[in-house]
Amino acid sequence: MISVKELKHIYTDADGHEVSALNGINLDIPAGEFIAIIGANGGGKSTLARHLNALLLPTSGKCIVDGLDTAEEKNLWDIRQHVGMVFQNPDNQIVAAIVEEDVAFGPENVGVPGPEIKGRVDRALAAVGMSEYAKHAPHLLSGGQKQRIAIAGVLALEPRVIVLDEPTAMLDPQGRKEIVRTVKQLNKEKGITIVYITHYMTEALEADRVVVMEKGNIRFSGTPHEVFSRVDELEKAGLEAPLAAKIASELRKSGIKLPKEIITDEELAEVLCR
Amino acid sequence: MSIDIKNICYTYMRGTPFEKKALDDVSVSIDKGEIVAVIGHTGSGKSTLVQHLNGLLRPDAGQVAVDGISLAGKDAAAKKARQLVGMVFQYPEHQIFAETVYEDIAFGPRNRGFEPEEVDKQVREAMAFVGLDFETFARRSPFRLSGGQMRRVAIAGVVAMNPDYLVLDEPSAGLDPRSRNAVFKEIMALHKSRGIAIVLVTHSMEEAVKYAKRMLVINQGRILFDGNPADIFKNHQQKLVEVGMDEPQVFKLAALLRKQGMELPQGITDDVTLLQMIKKAKGWR
Repeated sequence: MISVKELKHIYTDADGHEVSALNGINLDIPAGEFIAIIGANGGGKSTLARHLNALLLPTSGKCIVDGLDTAEEKNLWDIRQHVGMVFQNPDNQIVAAIVEEDVAFGPENVGVPGPEIKGRVDRALAAVGMSEYAKHAPHLLSGGQKQRIAIAGVLALEPRVIVLDEPTAMLDPQGRKEIVRTVKQLNKEKGITIVYITHYMTEALEADRVVVMEKGNIRFSGTPHEVFSRVDELEKAGLEAPLAAKIASELRKSGIKLPKEIITDEELAEVLCR
Repeated sequence: MSIDIKNICYTYMRGTPFEKKALDDVSVSIDKGEIVAVIGHTGSGKSTLVQHLNGLLRPDAGQVAVDGISLAGKDAAAKKARQLVGMVFQYPEHQIFAETVYEDIAFGPRNRGFEPEEVDKQVREAMAFVGLDFETFARRSPFRLSGGQMRRVAIAGVVAMNPDYLVLDEPSAGLDPRSRNAVFKEIMALHKSRGIAIVLVTHSMEEAVKYAKRMLVINQGRILFDGNPADIFKNHQQKLVEVGMDEPQVFKLAALLRKQGMELPQGITDDVTLLQMIKKAKGWR
């Protein structure tokens, strides 16, 4: 679905210095995958995300989305409709005074015929579990609800990929759970490819594959089990492994033999309480 | 010395169809030197509450006093009392505006009427506090710094006003784990060295239990619980989930291990203790 080849992104900062944000990234994301990208601030996660729907263009290398090269201007509209983006702050993404109008904004904008828009809005709201709020004012909703409206707005464009850049950074625990549940459902039930950027390791645990970025490079990647059991390497990259993985790693260091790849509470309890 | 809130009520958009009661007869005192975490779901009223601490919002009913001086007044004493309470908002880096780091941090103390030498001293101290080297950063544009560095500049700007009480609204939102730890290290150092009271609004249960001795749980405009974070998490787990909160990870893991038969003591609040107790329970050294 997405193929990133030797992607470099170099920009000139205000002092005239060239800064390399991505140093030749290679990444293939098959259709239907749920991929999480983690990494310290300034590691290039958001820059990479912005290449996936041509908000940024490669300095060199390629970014191909569903066979379309993002560098070719004629592909722009198609790519933007294939790849929806959701950002951190739900308040900055909501444009209308009524929920259903907000969700309709995208399809209206790309010229979807009127009668079809209604159906798309209804389906999008149903998919994020917000149908009963269709006539509500978005600013009176909770953070998690607002963010689900933002996701519905993207869904109404019927994208094949949704890129979410720290969608839960501003949410309370309940809101965070709502978003992760919603995203997983869209992935499993509708087969939408998900690229999910987060600082919460517990959220990345839900993905099919986790990619660790640092200083414009992909440091390592693999299943959540492969990635999160590398406790020391994660720490070096400015990240923190889940608690169970940290405890397991400390126990191993003091000579206790434990199976590899313990990352969840349940797995740790299983081996310790057997 | 304390901030005393007595029976305050606050309603947004009063008299419109959108009228919403955000605070409903809230009373609480925060002593100088305390670290208080404030948790609650979005819309619970926690941000509204903390915005009363420095008079940013004025209550519809009730009183707010800082060190015994009511914030309701328009006189110099009330103005001074308000300035004792520093406020770092969510995403404070969005409030950076000056051309250099120095000028941005100096804005607050200048506004407070400090003499130029005092301003300079406060800026230098504040930068040292948040771990920004003066020679390296003072003359640089704050807009060319990384997210974590910008946030430190913003916090330094509030610290430079030399407040007695510091309110931080989600200071770690959007930061990676390393930057989160760095920001908190600075906040705790500030608390220790100057005895500043810290009011920490957070969505992270881990932060609440790790850094605060006292926690307020806000729900529907009222204080639902007020007490030691570990005690609240232990005794009111069900209720906390009902109001959209969660348990810290350490509590969850310890509870699961206990349930599966491991003998762990109650009240484990951090990773290191949990690790020790697991070793002890298993007879490992």
